[in-house]
Amino acid sequence: MSETLKGKERYQAGVIPYKKMGYWEADYEPKATDIIALFRITPQPGVDPEEAAAVAGESSTATWTVVWTDRLTAADLYRAKAYRVDAVPGTEDQYFAYIAYDYDLFEEGSIDNLTASIIGNVFGFKALRLEDMYFPPAYLKTYQGPPTGMVAERERLDKYGRPLLGATTKPKLGLSGKNYGRVVYEALRGGLDFVKDDENINSQPFMKWRERYLYCMEAVNRASAATGEVKGHYLNVTAATMDQMIARAEFAKELGSVIVMIDLIIGYTAIQTMAKWCHDNDMILHLHRAGHGTYTRQKNHGISFRVISKWMRMAGVDHIHAGTVVGKLEGDPSMIAGYYDVLRESHLDKNLEHGIFFDMDWASLKKVMPVASGGIHAGQMHQLLHYLGEDTILQFGGGTIGHPDGIQAGAIANRVAVEAMVQARNEGRDCFHEGPEILNDAAKWCDPLRKALDLWKDITFNYESTDTADFVPTPTPGM
Amino acid sequence: MKITQGTFSFLPELSDEQIKAQIEYALEEQGWAISVEYTDDPHPRNTYWEMWGMPMFDLEDPAGAFEEVKDCREANPSHYIKVNAFDSTRGWETVRLSFIVNRPEREPGFRVMRQEAQGRDIRYTIESYAASGSPEGERYGR
Repeated sequence: MSETLKGKERYQAGVIPYKKMGYWEADYEPKATDIIALFRITPQPGVDPEEAAAVAGESSTATWTVVWTDRLTAADLYRAKAYRVDAVPGTEDQYFAYIAYDYDLFEEGSIDNLTASIIGNVFGFKALRLEDMYFPPAYLKTYQGPPTGMVAERERLDKYGRPLLGATTKPKLGLSGKNYGRVVYEALRGGLDFVKDDENINSQPFMKWRERYLYCMEAVNRASAATGEVKGHYLNVTAATMDQMIARAEFAKELGSVIVMIDLIIGYTAIQTMAKWCHDNDMILHLHRAGHGTYTRQKNHGISFRVISKWMRMAGVDHIHAGTVVGKLEGDPSMIAGYYDVLRESHLDKNLEHGIFFDMDWASLKKVMPVASGGIHAGQMHQLLHYLGEDTILQFGGGTIGHPDGIQAGAIANRVAVEAMVQARNEGRDCFHEGPEILNDAAKWCDPLRKALDLWKDITFNYESTDTADFVPTPTPGM
Repeated sequence: MKITQGTFSFLPELSDEQIKAQIEYALEEQGWAISVEYTDDPHPRNTYWEMWGMPMFDLEDPAGAFEEVKDCREANPSHYIKVNAFDSTRGWETVRLSFIVNRPEREPGFRVMRQEAQGRDIRYTIESYAASGSPEGERYGR
């Protein structure tokens, strides 16, 4: 029941609870144009969960005391409205709070403006986690979205039907430009589609950025000629200033690169600026999610990575690192399936087990290619294909460069493994269970794959995930 | 060299049975349309290979699609031939699977042309040894 005070009583000077100020409306039905945020709140003992109203208040129009100047506005419209609070299954003190915002609260096409409201002030107040958001088509249509998108990327690269393969150059720091380019050449020549700068490769004393770009593009073109394939290297253009980032991107374009890269830590304005630049310059944009772990992993405070994925699809990136399930970075399979759906599907169906709380149509925003990177190797190919599907980029850094017979051999092992697995899957075989056998059969004629399987056969990383589903399927009796 | 375009170029050349299995997957599992294309200019950025007829949107019989592969091979034994599977679903509207099913006996490949530009800049061009000197149809012999 709404407890909102009306008229003169509502605007009496002084402090009144948020839920009486109009920020709690239990009978509110969100409009088709409303934006909805779902927060996990952990109220202090004895505090009413309907105090979600405070979150609604502080993320929209409220301040701590009544101000008469509200009455100069259509305040009822501008107030965000908490309208539903559900207990989180399996917890005693946590609640999911649904809050609706009128779309006029936000500037069109600006992740900065959106986040300044939604996560701006309010996270200072209490233990709070932004779990999911719903965006209506009317608002999504104000965003450019991915500059290239999965479909056009595959068409430009002329690569279909299988996961793309990549690797991050290692060691990540210290190589000279010339030595760095050697790694890039060997990996691409061997069979990878992309090689990647690491997130912290920018322009350090051991390798200034122009040096790296020049050698990498020599490597890309040599490998392309040697294989007849389009190849690429994600040139990281992350820099201290926007001007410098654009200058680096321009140089990458001048040299004929098909792709540039940025880090999440550059911030939303910089990401959207680069998205626009890439759109106008036929460039694929790769995003490394550097820094996300500081706020996405804790269950009771921060932002879920599925929300970051939604924001990044709107801001406009073509690639984003989204987890591996089986690699060295933790990730719960059902949560990662949810991130991948957010990035790749045209329409999201509510799926609580995957952490998707809303049906949402992406309003034709292009698809983002999720990137799986970190501690994966050829021996896991069946699991990777099973969990992640074929529209992904599998990045084998150590799993390519660490091959006992060299980088080209490592790349061959990965490429043969992925092609053999896709072929077997398409032929109707149960890859998830027959995977090791399929790989062993291919290893009979592919020595590099044999050696990779022998070397890494027992390597798995089994971390308990901290970020897991709150909803688990109920087993059907008798099954 | 071996040109490694297409979904399965790192595997041994696909047998007819293996090609049929992939066509079956595309048609029966996915409902995609098969098309066959050929070229003697396999430059990585040659987007438009010659079409061996139109994409077979109404053909659901894998055997029929494979017949087209065989006919194309017979007519162009020294060309690159690929099988594409096209998905007309909203949001895709693109090729979803594309693999080479025929290639010339000898593949001379490509060379990198480097034009030294200002400073250390280099402008790269990739040129096909086979396609650069001879006209279409006379590049790989028969």
